[in-house]
Amino acid sequence: MKQSAFENKNEIFWRELESRIFPGSKRKLRSRQLTQLDQHFPEQYRRLCHHLALARSRHYSPVLVNRLEKLVTACHQMFYQRKTHILSSILLYITGGFAQSVRNEIRWVMLSAMLFFGSFLAMLITLQYEPDMVYTVLDGQQIAEMEAMYDPTQDRIGRERQSDTDFQMFGFYIFNNTSIGLRTFASGLLFGVGSVITLLFNGLVIGSVAGYLTFLGYTSSFWSFVAGHSAMELMAIVLSGAAGFKLGFAIISPGRKSRLRSLRDHAREAIYMMYGVALMFFIAAFIEAYWSSITSIAPVIKYTVGILFWILLLLYFVFAGRKRAT
Amino acid sequence: MDAYNLDSLNAVQTPEGIEINLRLAGIWPRSVAWMIDTIIRGVIYFVLALVVNQFGKFGTGLLLISIFIMEWFYPVLFEVLNNGVTPGKKSLGLQVVNADGTPIGWSSSMLRNILRTVDFLPLFYGVGLISMLMNDKFQRLGDLAADTLVVYRQQNTSESQIPEAPALHLPPGLNLKEQQAIITFAERSSQLSEERKEELAGILSQLKPAGGSMTADELIRLANGLAGR
Repeated sequence: MKQSAFENKNEIFWRELESRIFPGSKRKLRSRQLTQLDQHFPEQYRRLCHHLALARSRHYSPVLVNRLEKLVTACHQMFYQRKTHILSSILLYITGGFAQSVRNEIRWVMLSAMLFFGSFLAMLITLQYEPDMVYTVLDGQQIAEMEAMYDPTQDRIGRERQSDTDFQMFGFYIFNNTSIGLRTFASGLLFGVGSVITLLFNGLVIGSVAGYLTFLGYTSSFWSFVAGHSAMELMAIVLSGAAGFKLGFAIISPGRKSRLRSLRDHAREAIYMMYGVALMFFIAAFIEAYWSSITSIAPVIKYTVGILFWILLLLYFVFAGRKRAT
Repeated sequence: MDAYNLDSLNAVQTPEGIEINLRLAGIWPRSVAWMIDTIIRGVIYFVLALVVNQFGKFGTGLLLISIFIMEWFYPVLFEVLNNGVTPGKKSLGLQVVNADGTPIGWSSSMLRNILRTVDFLPLFYGVGLISMLMNDKFQRLGDLAADTLVVYRQQNTSESQIPEAPALHLPPGLNLKEQQAIITFAERSSQLSEERKEELAGILSQLKPAGGSMTADELIRLANGLAGR
């Protein structure tokens, strides 16, 4: 077939597709909404692909080939959009997918927990005997602020707050803590070194704050403040580190895959876990801002709630989603 | 002479058994797009700060949450909900796609944008820059891990940019790629200086099976012939 005959035969078809795929400035087609394209689109797309293949093999003019290539590329993008049922996938994730992904990475979770809780406990215990060691981690001003914050002789414990401060602190915790978690994860890409550093650093800082205040005898004011959100926040830090190790280890020891291939596969699983970690940081921020800050509740109740959160969280990670996995 | 190897085209095979070409975006356009996005975010923070200032501490909380969301998820939301196009990318005609040319999803977008932290190290995308220079698809680490590409978007330019000239018939024996090289040359000729035009024409005319030299004008006339004028 001559090119001109081919063009004449199909020009209307191409025009029509072009006008729908490349919408003019006036009528903007939301390209994500595949539904707006009728049920003939798959058939039309295949026909267009056929036209391009013909045009190439018959050596039609490059101008025509280019035009068809452009159109095919744009149609290809629209055709292969993935439709996700976001609500149901979130539900599946929370009721089990997240816990499964944590169980799958149990060795990295353990390593991360050892580094974090290890440095935390080491600092906590050391400071009971050598309180001056606190200056190796925190400087004088930070220590003074911390002492003022948790001084049991004051009315308000924790950070100074009124009712509208709660939301400000909620914002701050989300901004600060979640960012730290995401960075801990990302820096794991540097052969895991970034995650090790962040975990140790956070373990030492939190350990020295806890250790020093315990040494001063501010026990009930400090521990009752942190009890409520401790489970969510500390576990979230540990899991960020674990996800980071997964990235780093994928490059260090890719096994039978190429390093790049291994990184891609592991990164996909790691980011899946990070969704839940981010959610944990949000919950922790919420508890910290709206529950931990209430001072009128007896410490016993706060400890109980704190322990309850730990138990629930561990039960979730151990048992959630087991049925579906088998 | 293989025109494809000289270009930043990336061929992808589709399930329909045909190849499509994605034109990869290099470091400069991507930097400019990033800069525009950063400026947009900066302006939004500034306006937001002015507004929430009225609400005291509640406003500060709101501002911090907004900054958190924007810093981490501004690109993600645009990439997933707007077909891989953030406002900065839009202004440069760029788009993020999966390596197979399909639109990007949540996981890939999250991954490439969270790993941005590492690409940004030690200062202003040092790692990302090295990574982009070291592979043939200009991928930074986040792109490598998520298997994504930044490419030029397909735009409808149905009218040809070949300068009008009396058509000349094509000598036989030129294959499709060589013909495309002539057309591309003609399309770009208006952006080239006279000297550069002649220099390129010198290279192109070696294609002619018969040999011999052609001037830039003759090549443009050839392109007109190819375009069927």
